[in-house]
Amino acid sequence: MNWPLEAFLSFLAAGAFGVIFNTPRRTLVSCGLVGMSGWLIYRTFFLAFGDSVQASFAGAFVVSIVAHLLAKKFRMPMIIFSIAGIIPLVPGSKAYNAMRNIVEHNYLEAISFASEALMVSGAVAMGLVFAEVMMQLFFKRQAKRIQRKMGLTQE
Amino acid sequence: MTQVGETRRELALDCFLLAGRIMMESGAETYRVEDTMIRMAGSQNMVNSHCFVTPAGIMFSPSEELATRFVRINNRSTDLERVALVNSVSRKLVAGEFTLQQAYDELMTIDQTNYRFHIWVQTLAASITSACFLILLGGSWIDLPFAFVFGGTGFIIVETILEETRVKIFAEFIGAFIVGILASIAVYSGFATDLDTLIIGSLMPLVPGLLITNAVRDLMAGHFVSGLSKGAEAFLTAFAIGAGIAVVLSF
Repeated sequence: MNWPLEAFLSFLAAGAFGVIFNTPRRTLVSCGLVGMSGWLIYRTFFLAFGDSVQASFAGAFVVSIVAHLLAKKFRMPMIIFSIAGIIPLVPGSKAYNAMRNIVEHNYLEAISFASEALMVSGAVAMGLVFAEVMMQLFFKRQAKRIQRKMGLTQE
Repeated sequence: MTQVGETRRELALDCFLLAGRIMMESGAETYRVEDTMIRMAGSQNMVNSHCFVTPAGIMFSPSEELATRFVRINNRSTDLERVALVNSVSRKLVAGEFTLQQAYDELMTIDQTNYRFHIWVQTLAASITSACFLILLGGSWIDLPFAFVFGGTGFIIVETILEETRVKIFAEFIGAFIVGILASIAVYSGFATDLDTLIIGSLMPLVPGLLITNAVRDLMAGHFVSGLSKGAEAFLTAFAIGAGIAVVLSF
């Protein structure tokens, strides 16, 4: 595969999705970067291990962490950054294949594609939520440590 | 309780409900809307407030003595800039930079201004997305101009019908149907090569990605009512797109 090309295309796609969802103008480039990092991690994992479920989990995890950091930086809701980055991981082609097989009366094929699409979207959601919970734990601990250093808590 | 105090509380309630309504209409997560409203209420010394947010309406109960208020949410779209703006207003109110009246005026302006990009810019963005996804999903470069044109066409058809009728499932069905027909014509007349990637790429701007993520996110945060109803909305959208393509493919 062609890394720079894929990076550029995913950047462009995520940025364009930012325009469709009307994210604030000055965050459009950041949205593109989130989408690019998510897609590159997904592709690397997919090429290394050949399992799209694990790869989607990893991609969504990275998207969520990057989105969280950017949200802290811009002081904006995290959803602004995560949505554009998640879109490339949505299992559109699997859902399409499932539907196409149903139309052609290949129900067994359709079930396998549909369950794969379901697994992938579950993995994406879990990656998002796990990263968010971990970031919350991390920042809570960091905030507490700073408070203790400044002598704000009595312990 | 004096008269002045009463009007101030009414203004506070109006302000919270307006903020919640704008956020919910613009596609924010349910837990964020509840969090924002409770924080704004806390900054106005309403400590025992409760709110219940669903995609169809918001209930807010400030305290034991005051009456509970309700607003209905009629149209939902995705406009993340408004979410960010309301968020910053609530931050400023909590930090004490805004008075209640200033915050309310600011929210009224946000509610009445249209922040969206022009429709042709959005269509161009949809075209670019389709073309990029065609290559990312393994399509060939010969199909690229077709995906560019069909993606934009599908998007603008859906937006135009939505503007006219407000029936989402119909708009998406027609959009997917026309994209399917155009793609089949392009492939069977020999100009384009791969029907599957062409259709998937062109439909990418219509995929309910935000709804799916929001639904799962809400479910995992414990907001089952909003999670299930957003999930139903996402399923309906996906079903409409799938049915539109299926009608074309079955011929």
